[in-house]
Amino acid sequence: MKADPGLYDYLPWNRRPRIEWPGGARIALWIAPNIEFYELDPPANTLRKPWPRPQPDVLGYGTRDWGNRVGHQRMMRVLDRFGLRGSVSLSTAMCIHHPEVIAMAAERDWEFFSHGIYNTRYTYGLDETQEREMIEESMALIATHTGQRCAGYLAPALSHSESTIDLFAEAGGLYTCDLFHDDQPTPVRTRSGRRFVSVPYSLELNDTIAYVVNKVEPRRYGQMIKDAFDRLYAEGEISGTVMCVPLHAYQVSHPHRLRAFEEAMEHVCGHAGVWKATGREIASHFLDHYYDVFVAAQREAAA
Amino acid sequence: MSDSLAYPMRRHGMDHDRYGWSMLADRTAIAWPGGKPLAVWLNVSLEHFPLNPEGKGFKAHGNMTMPYPDLRHYTLRDYGNRVGVFRVLKALQQYGLTASLAINGEVATRYPALMRQLAQTGFELLGHGWNMDKVHYGGMDEQAETALIADSLAALAPHARQPIRGWLSPARSQSQRTPELLRQAGIDWCADWVNDELPYRFETADGPLATMPLPLELEDRFIVGENLHAESEYADQLIDACDFLLEEAQRTGHGRLLALNIHPWVMGQPHRIKHLERVFAHLTANANLLWNAPPSAILAAAG
Repeated sequence: MKADPGLYDYLPWNRRPRIEWPGGARIALWIAPNIEFYELDPPANTLRKPWPRPQPDVLGYGTRDWGNRVGHQRMMRVLDRFGLRGSVSLSTAMCIHHPEVIAMAAERDWEFFSHGIYNTRYTYGLDETQEREMIEESMALIATHTGQRCAGYLAPALSHSESTIDLFAEAGGLYTCDLFHDDQPTPVRTRSGRRFVSVPYSLELNDTIAYVVNKVEPRRYGQMIKDAFDRLYAEGEISGTVMCVPLHAYQVSHPHRLRAFEEAMEHVCGHAGVWKATGREIASHFLDHYYDVFVAAQREAAA
Repeated sequence: MSDSLAYPMRRHGMDHDRYGWSMLADRTAIAWPGGKPLAVWLNVSLEHFPLNPEGKGFKAHGNMTMPYPDLRHYTLRDYGNRVGVFRVLKALQQYGLTASLAINGEVATRYPALMRQLAQTGFELLGHGWNMDKVHYGGMDEQAETALIADSLAALAPHARQPIRGWLSPARSQSQRTPELLRQAGIDWCADWVNDELPYRFETADGPLATMPLPLELEDRFIVGENLHAESEYADQLIDACDFLLEEAQRTGHGRLLALNIHPWVMGQPHRIKHLERVFAHLTANANLLWNAPPSAILAAAG
């Protein structure tokens, strides 16, 4: 085990090359709906139990299934209202179980990136060959069912190995959502030396983390989004920032919660200078214009 | 870990045979009696938490947590059956609302004086297992589970005006066989699964069982007891849910259902009851748009 992941170099927030987003925007806003499938009876994993209760955990399963049966369309209605396209963190088995949901996202020109096969299958315990097979199959499912070349990765249920990011870069990926160390894209070092970046995916604004782990109230969740936006928008005058709102239909779309999210989007989208982007668009813009100057700045900071 | 990359249930639809895959928005529109857009089902759960839980399967929320004898939690739960329930019943009466009562079999045998008063309400009774330590769980002995269900229903039967048709398992937990055993015991519908907002058909080897939605996310025990939100927040969340569902039902012309599960050991406390009353007042203020009915009547109207 390593003491440091060794994936990125230090670069102080207030000494960086200036990022300019397309159209002179101050902030790149991306919405990342997690479209997930949890299995009722997944195989056991020695390092992490898929469900807290003995299987069948009908409460945990039903909670997630509600998102697929009820939640997606409600969330899509809100995002449509603001012209926001989702960047879908996809349990790629959804392409087979519920292609109707995938079709609704595809109709909206949403991006699909890999979130593994199922959210009840973890990276833990896979050897490198198996993990590569899992990652490549997930990318192939996206290509087959959506015609898109998968550019991004968020490891299933945030389960990682030391090789996860290397393997995804080698499979042809452009960006990872697994690192929460920054409010701008950053270069990521991989063993293949490919140009590969981290795109900020805010765990703090992730609805599941907010609602399930931190147990915040719905209206407070809306306020957190507004407050995060206000600060990132102000700082974006100096250099372009990134704001991600990761969502799960089975959390945010509930009747007691969706209005608070919608109000937050009213606030955010009521501002000029907001680049409504996808994960791939942010990664590509950074790779094309800032990757090299950021690598040089990191070298300078380390000297 | 040889089965970690095997996906035997990966296919269109669900990864089990209990119910078909269907999105709420695609269903045939439901019209409630009187053309009301929103049906309202209120359920009051009356529960007994033994002082000496075995915790077989798992320990349901609300159970004893201190070293034996945990008088603290035992008596706080028992408060609901001695005091809290009468505050909740009075509030229902004050606002002219009807509810169902899900009652642990052991509550019925321990407190005949309570049962006599409950019988006078005329409310529909639901089976709710034996007590909150006897959860139904994956891998439990089938004979033992059969006996639990039979004992629970037998304890309620003398107090019920009509045959008992509905069931809510303690802590909404099931074994692999619970749906079959409920059907064999003459139960027509069950509210354990939280994956939908309208009734749907649920398959068992002994014929179909209907599922009635009763969301965990709107339970007092969950919002106040597990998420530790303020009482006023509980009321805000329920009112927001009511308004959201009303708006959706009116806009789409598809009847919706607001289902609330209330625990007198939570909301029957003197500092909490007025917040539940605020929810009831909101329902009454919208009475021209709401159809408040017993769950079996709602199930019948849903078709």
